[in-house]
Parts: sequence; structure tokens; C-alpha cells
Amino acid sequence: MKQRSLGLNAVSLLAMLFLYGPIIVLVLYSFNAAHLSMTWRGATLKWYAALVHDEALLAATANSLLIALVSTIGATGLGGLLALGMEQMPHRRQQLLEGGLVLPLVIPEVMMGVALMLLFVTVHVPLGLTTVILGHIVFNIPLVTIMIRTRLRKLDPVLREAAADLGADSWQVCRHVTLPLLRPAIWGAVLVAFTVSLDDFLVTFFTAGPGSTTLPLKVYSMIKSGVTPEINALSALLLVVSMIGVAASLYLQRREV
Amino acid sequence: MPSEDVSHVAPAAQDSCRSCWLAVPGLLWLALFFLVPLVLVFAISFASRGTYGGIVWEFTWANYVDLLHPLYGKILGQSLWYATLTTAICFLLGFPLAYVIARSPARWQPVLLLLVMLPFWTNFLVRTYAWMIMLRHDGLANNLLLALGLITEPLELLYTPMAVVIGLVYGYLPFMVLPLYVAVERLDPVLVEAAWDLYASRWAVATRVVIPLTMPGIVGGCILVFIPSIGSFITPDLLGGARSMMIGNLIQHEYLVVRDWPLGSAVSFVLMAIVMAAVVLYYRQASPGDGPLEGR
Repeated sequence: MKQRSLGLNAVSLLAMLFLYGPIIVLVLYSFNAAHLSMTWRGATLKWYAALVHDEALLAATANSLLIALVSTIGATGLGGLLALGMEQMPHRRQQLLEGGLVLPLVIPEVMMGVALMLLFVTVHVPLGLTTVILGHIVFNIPLVTIMIRTRLRKLDPVLREAAADLGADSWQVCRHVTLPLLRPAIWGAVLVAFTVSLDDFLVTFFTAGPGSTTLPLKVYSMIKSGVTPEINALSALLLVVSMIGVAASLYLQRREV
Repeated sequence: MPSEDVSHVAPAAQDSCRSCWLAVPGLLWLALFFLVPLVLVFAISFASRGTYGGIVWEFTWANYVDLLHPLYGKILGQSLWYATLTTAICFLLGFPLAYVIARSPARWQPVLLLLVMLPFWTNFLVRTYAWMIMLRHDGLANNLLLALGLITEPLELLYTPMAVVIGLVYGYLPFMVLPLYVAVERLDPVLVEAAWDLYASRWAVATRVVIPLTMPGIVGGCILVFIPSIGSFITPDLLGGARSMMIGNLIQHEYLVVRDWPLGSAVSFVLMAIVMAAVVLYYRQASPGDGPLEGR
């Protein structure tokens, strides 16, 4: 039995090394002074400094933040209302809708991207920031709805019934009981939607037009035109930002308990 | 009057559905920007391409017949092969990992699971790019192999099918570990101990006790890895070469490069059919009571 767990531990260690090795190497090399080769020529911050002066990169970052902000607000509103509305429906219809909501999440992103592009081209809507935002709201609605529904189901119905018994109308129940109880879930959904929107590449790739380049699109075109130390620095930066995002969302979820 | 409403504990559809309309805007949005585009793709897959790249609306099966061409068949075949290989490797790496995590002290389990998930939450492009650095001609993998004396000249690792599979495994390993962890966590350790006490060999314990009892998790994990693998675009695009194209790349190629939208749409629907088959399989095995748990 000892031997067996030794083998299992070895493979696990290997798997962990596999997961973290490339990320660590990437971050390390973002500090490498050598321009082209992979040999270590001392530590430097100059690649990070170069990023700050890259106008196109800054514009792409601004686009990404704008798209993430607007699509998060839109998806949280629409998805949240959808979750509240679904709650009142007959059980069978809820199940049906729940199955349907999974569809945008499992369908290959390439397909969602081309389908949206076809729609916009067919109805002659020029591709740009607006079309990207419309698309991001589509994949964020199911995420928000599912997260808020999960919380909604854990709520004790007695709380709402008590409020109603005390004479609150359904709007007052919603405003003073349900929404405050849902607040942590809503913030969690906001954070997830914002991150997913910020990271999205494929739907953006097919729905973006001139002037609506986002950070992932910019990273993609940089990678496509060749490996440079600036990409290493940018990638390392994005890694750190994502990790901070995860930490924040975990913190929120912990407070929820 | 509201107090009367809530006194019906079982929600009678008619009077409690007053706030059902709240769902309407979101559903309309999804109908307009998700269902309508899909229907459009479906319709176009039966149209044909005009001389100048436009769409001629005449019903034809030609696009689907074109897909039988060996070139497309090859791309479809290798996509299925890469996705299957990815799933198998994820299982071989993920099962021991999930087992070790599920059998570690309870307070360590959330931390270890978080460590598995953390890379998944970082940007996919960046994670894929990290492997470009690892597998380059003068990358770390080649340097390591050279230093160990296993090879005398750098290997061509990047832009190969192997690079694609490595990238896919890297991207989707967490999808395998999570359901497996849940399955192993539920497995009563007493059953494994009983097998040891009855002098079962290591192989017998694994294949006759542990694997059958965790089968729902295994099937679930495999499908969860297979679905995104078969539909991937970024990984083969960045790590693969022209010869290791997958369906996602073919779709992008047909739409944006060749501008043959009807053919691209037909390819999209073949991909969607494969994915939907996997999704149905997933839900069927996830439904309680009919899991392959009973192995007697």
C-alpha cells in the first residue's frame, strides 16, 4: 500500500509541476534582460516599462475595460431578472430553461463567434465596440443567472413569507428581503462576468471591427507576429491580475457563508 | 391580499407567476443574439456560395457532401483523435491527482483544489503562450533534454500535433480533476481496505474496486474535457502547424480566409452535433439512479 501511494504522489507532483512550471518560467523570463535568446542575461524591468509607452496597448486596455464594464452591467441586470422571474415559473418550465441556459456555455466559442458575426453582417450592423458588447452579454447572462439561482434556492422561503405576512407587497419583499440576501451572489456574479468578458478572445475576435481591438486581441496579434520580451511582461502582468481577481472573488464567497 | 398568495405553499402557476415577466428581457436577448444566429448558421449551411463570395439562397446539400472530401475528413478525424488523446492523458494525470487530494487531510483539500483551479482562471491565450516559450527551438524543454543528454540536437517540438495535445491537456486538466475528486471523496475508504485485507493485488484493487465505484466521475470528467477540446481554436492555432488543424481552425479558415460561409456553416453544424452528443451523454450519465455504479 505504501508503494502504491508513493506512485500516486509522484504522478500528482508531476501534474502540479506541469500546471505551474510554464507559468513560473513565463514570469521569470519577463525579467530577463536578453532580447531574443532564452539564456539568462540578468534581471530587468525594461520590458514592463516598454508596455506603459505602447499607445496601441493602452487603447486596447481601455476598450477591454469599457466592454467588460458595460457588458457586466447589462448581463447582471438581464441575468438577475431572469433568475428572479424563473423562480416563479412552474417546475417543469424551470428545468427546461435551465437546460437551455447551459447551451451558450457548452457550445464551441468559435461557433458562437461566427454565428454572431453572421447575424450582424446580415442585418448590416457595422462591427465595432457595440457588437462586441452585445456578444459578451450573451455568454454572461447564463453565468449570472446560474450563480444567482444557486443562491436563490438556498434562501429560506420563510423569510419572504414572513415579510409578506407582515403586509409587504411583492415589490417590497423583493426590495427589502430578497435583494439584500442576494447581494453577495450578485457581487460574485459581477466579478465573474467582468473577468470572463475581460479574458474573452473568440467571440470578440469575430465581432470586433476597426477601432475595437481589445487586450486579448492585441495579445493574440503580438503573439502571432513573433515571441518578444514585451509579450512576456504583458502576459506576466495579466497572470497577476487574474490571480488577484480570483482571490477577490474567493474572499467575497467566504464572506457569504 | 399578498398574504393570501403566499399561503399557497405549492406555487400555483397562475397566481404566483405575476413576476414571471422579469425573465422576459433576458430570454429575449438570448433568443435574439443566440438562437437567431444559430438558426441563421443552420440556414446558410444549406445555401451556396455566390461567385463573389456572397450567399445564394437555394437549397442544397452540397456543403455537407463537400465535407466528405478526404481533406476535411482528415481534419475532422485528427480533431477527434487529438480530443480523445487529450481526454486519455488528462485521465492518467488527473486520476492520481484527484485521488491524492481526496485522501489528504480535510483542511488541505480546499487549498489543493484551489491550486489545481488557479491556472484555469488565468487568461487562456497567456497560458497557451507559456507553452510556446517552453517548446520553442531554444526553449526550456529542449534545453532540459540537451542538458540531460537525452538528445544531441534540439527537437522540433512547437507546431506539432504533440504540442497541440500538450496545450489541450494543460488547458482542460482541471475539468477532469474536479469531478474525479468528488467521486473519490464519496468512495468509502473501508471498501478499499476490505479489498486489501482480502489480498487483492494492486491492479485488482484499482480495476475492480476504485475505478468501478468512481465511474460516474470518470465519465463526467472525460466528457467535460472532451467538449472544449474538440471545439478548441486557440490551442491548435498557436501551438499547431498547418498540418495539425482542428475543426475550429477550419471554421475560422472558411469564414475569414476563404470566405465560403455556407461551407463554414456546415462545418460548424458538424462540430455542434458532436458537442451536443457529448452533452446529452453527460446529462444521461449524471441523472441519478442509472449510473454504472452497480457492477455485479
